[in-house]
This record gives sequence, structure tokens and C-alpha cells, in this order.
Amino acid sequence: MVVKHTGMDRLILALNAIFLTCAVLVVVVPLIYIVIASFMDPTVLLNRGLSFNVSDWSLDGYQMILSNPAMIRGFANAVLYSVSFALVTVTVSIFAGYALSDDRLAGRGFFMIIFIITMFFGGGLIPTYLLVRNLGMLDTVWAIIIPGAVNVWNIILSRTFFKGVPRELREAANVDGASEMKIFFQIVIPLSKPIIFVLALYAFVGQWNSYFDAMIYLDNPNLHPLQLVLRSILIQNQAAPGMISDQLAMAELKRLSEMIKYSAIVISSLPLIIMYPFFQKYFEKGVMVGSLK
Amino acid sequence: MQQFKKNYFLYLLLAPALILTLIFKYIPMYGAIIAFKDFSPIKGIMGSEWVGLKHFEKFIASPNFDIILMNTLKLSFLGLIFSFPVPILLALMLNQVRKAGVKKNIQLFLYAPNFISVVVVVGMLFIFLSPTGPVNQFATWITGHPIMFMSEPEYFRWIYILSDIWTGAGWASIIYVAALANVDPELHNAANLDGANLLQRIRHIDLPTIRPIMAIVFILAAGGIMSIGFEKAYLMQTSMNLPSSEIIATYVYKVGLQSGDYAYSAAVGLFNSVINVILLVTVNLIVKKLNEGEGLY
Repeated sequence: MVVKHTGMDRLILALNAIFLTCAVLVVVVPLIYIVIASFMDPTVLLNRGLSFNVSDWSLDGYQMILSNPAMIRGFANAVLYSVSFALVTVTVSIFAGYALSDDRLAGRGFFMIIFIITMFFGGGLIPTYLLVRNLGMLDTVWAIIIPGAVNVWNIILSRTFFKGVPRELREAANVDGASEMKIFFQIVIPLSKPIIFVLALYAFVGQWNSYFDAMIYLDNPNLHPLQLVLRSILIQNQAAPGMISDQLAMAELKRLSEMIKYSAIVISSLPLIIMYPFFQKYFEKGVMVGSLK
Repeated sequence: MQQFKKNYFLYLLLAPALILTLIFKYIPMYGAIIAFKDFSPIKGIMGSEWVGLKHFEKFIASPNFDIILMNTLKLSFLGLIFSFPVPILLALMLNQVRKAGVKKNIQLFLYAPNFISVVVVVGMLFIFLSPTGPVNQFATWITGHPIMFMSEPEYFRWIYILSDIWTGAGWASIIYVAALANVDPELHNAANLDGANLLQRIRHIDLPTIRPIMAIVFILAAGGIMSIGFEKAYLMQTSMNLPSSEIIATYVYKVGLQSGDYAYSAAVGLFNSVINVILLVTVNLIVKKLNEGEGLY
């Protein structure tokens, strides 16, 4: 049976279509603007706005960004931090989620409470910073990877996932004489690829996009990840350190710093742009598992 | 004890998460007592002298207190009021799109900004809203002069909130979209036969379906109200818009890590958390009353 639409309904549906189109445009137009602007001659862009004239296009922005040592180092650091952070946090979450999903773990409820409390209370920025400093982790990769490695949400997600893995499977393996460790690593882990995948993606994207921990824990510019380099280019308006020699006039400096902004945004987002359409369904799945329990 | 021996492997798996949580979450909670001490790094947390509520009193008596507290509250409450309904509206609208392929594509676009880093989002704001940027080229054409979006304090809040909606609303709608997909189509058919139009059906069938989720999302959002994004506010700050952009979180960072006044800064941070917990408990109580006993806890 099909729902009958009255005239009123058709009007509402038409308005609905218009509103949704506007919403999509509001989201998409700024992104398209950035991409087109990144391929343009900055002088033309500044004076006349976007142009679809081939003679107004230029790859200079990309050339400058790709030959900028700070940017390249930032990119490499971001890859290193994001991959290692994903590895650590996924391992820790999967291990804990599996243990907490098993009825034989006495004190499950108590451990869950210990984790969940940290979602609502925290010591705050200063005590955490002092701890990291006292542990000698300032200006090391560890400050980026370790303090945030335990994510309660991830533990809940993986615990929910493991609760759905049939017990019989483990019991059968147990009867066959497999040890607990063997069951976990050779049977359960291979079955958990979807959840591992989802958590790893979340962790990678989160770390790739973050700047705050790096800003407070890493003084050495050689350790800075991409987002901190971007911050100096986009927000502090520095045309990237080490790129401009003193002789250049202010005007030229301003022109350069304008020029590289757009291409810097595009290049820094490239990994996510490539991943995005392909992984979207996994992200969605992750949200759903977590929210509907 | 016997059970522990038998299942030691499970405890082994739990250990990394537990140890890291105790170190990096619970030790800082203990460390927060420096808010009640005159902290000296040489004497350590234990050795430093107790000073009671001195730092709290200093903060409350400081001339900045009213401004910073009000900035935090305004930004948070306005953000909550304006950001909360948009994902619900989006989900209700998406739910009316009958072609699955079209719906998926719209969602693909609407989710995208969620994956853009806060640095890039703020960078884009500076680009688009600069005196010579595209928005001002339009504004100049209409009003004859550019608008100083990023340096006028009065615009800060609205730019913050609107860009938050731009970034997150699509993604936040997922949970409502999923809940609406579970509505039994028979309900809509029956209501349709009874002569209910689309708006009536949305109001009496769709909205009640997602109401429990709305309550939970609202409580969680309200509970985090004082912990409003340090990262974005800090990036958006310019020396000109400080009168409205200085919030407790940015103040804690500046006083603590930039000026090194650890104990005072920790006290300000603690003040913030305490208000946050009070808000969480209060909102949960209110929602429970309104929502027939269904709260977060």
C-alpha cells in the first residue's frame, strides 16, 4: 500500500527538497571554492575572485607547499603519529573490550565504573600536563600516543561487539584443547576485523586532525605534526618558517602566504578525501554500534 | 582468587587499559589538589603548602571573572540551543527522501565537514571572512564597506556556533536517521487512511519515536556544556575579539601553561569541572521529569 499524498503534503515535500538542496550547497560550496582557489593565481583571486579562465590558473601554490620542508616534515610526523596512535589505542581497546565482555572476569562492573567515571570527571589540563612532564615525556612521541590511548567509548564499542560473538565458538575451541590465548589471537581476533577497522579509522582520523596535544607537549618544531604547521600558515599567517628569506618585501611575503593557504588545506586533507567515500559506511556503522548498544 | 588464577589471561588483557587509565586519568584527578596548595615544582604535590580556597577566591575576585564566566556560559548555552535542533530537522527531512540512492548521496555530502580538522575549519573562516574575502566582497557590494567579522567581539559567538553547525550537524543526524528508519510504515499508512497529513504524521509518529534519543543527546550535550571546545575558541581568538572569545578553558591554558601559574590555573579548571558536573546532574533531573522518568541514569 502506498501513502496517498494530499496537496498540502506535496507542498511540504517540495519545500523539503529545496531545504535539503540548500543544506547540501551550504556544505559543498565552501569546499569547492577552496579547491578551485588552490589552482589559481593569487593576484587574480585577490582582485577578481574565482575565475574559470585557464590563463588565470597556476600550480605555484602546490609547488611552494610541496617544496616546503616544514610541511613535508609535518606530513611525515602526522603519518607517524596517526598510525602509531591507531595501533596503540586499538590494541588497548580491543584487549580491554574482550576481557570486559567475558562473564568469567570477576569485577567487570567495578572495572567498567572505573572507566566510565573518567568520561565525566577529569583532573584537568594543568595536572595532566604536569604528570606528562614529570614522566619525562615532553618533546617525545610518547606524549602524543600514550596519555590519550585509553578511549572509554572504544572500549564500550568493542565490548558490545565481542558480546555478539557466539560463546559456543570459544567453547568448541576450548574442548579441542586450545588455550585462552590461542582462542583470542587465532579465532576471536580474525573474526573482529570489522570492529578493528572502524576503531582504527576513528583513531587515525582523530589523530590526523588534532593539534592541541602537539601544541602543549611538543616544543621542538621538528616534531610538529601537519596541523601545527597548518596553524602557522592559516591562522598565524606565517608563510611557513624557513621558506621566506629576509630580502623579500612585505608585499611579496603576503602574496606568498595567501598563495599557499589553499593548497595547504587541500594537501593536508588529501588522505581523508581519498579515504572518505570508501570508508563512510564503516564510520556510520561505528556510530550505530556505539549509540544503540 | 581461584577464579583469578583460572582467568588470568583475561586480566592480562584488561591490564594495559586499566593501568593507563589509573596513571593518566586518576593521577591527574589526585594532582588537581594543587588547586588548594601553593604549588612549587621543587616540593612536589605532597610537599607544597596548603592554602585552602585562596586561588578560587582570587579568581572570583578578579575583574575578569564575570566576563570570562559569562562568555563561557553564553557560548555554551547559545551553542546548545542552536546546535541541538538542526540535526533533528535534517534527519526528519532526510527521512522524507524516498529514493535510497539520493538519500545516501545527500548524506555523503552532509557528513563530509565532520572530517575536516578544526585548524582547517578556522583557517577557512579566516579566509572567507577576511576583509577582502569572498563573503566581504558580497557584503561590500551591499553595504559599501567590509565587515570585520573576525575582530568584532559581537560576531565571535555567532561565527563559532554557525561554523559548529556547519561542521557537525550532518554527522550528528546519523543517530536520528537510523532511529527513524525503524518506524513501522504501517503506522504511517494507518494515519494516512485516517486523514492525517504529512506534518501531522511527522509530529505524532516520527517525533515520538526519536524522543528518547533526543533526551539522551540533550543530556550529554548539556553535561559537556562547560567543557566547550577549547581548541576552536583558542584558534578563533584574535586580540580584538578577546572581550567575547576569552572563555574559562582558554584562560586556564594561558594562565597555566603560558604564564606558569599552575596552581591558580588548576583552580580555575576545577571550578569549571564542578559547574559542569552540577549542570549534568541538574539537566538529567529536569529531563527525567519531562520525559516520564527516562533519563541518562
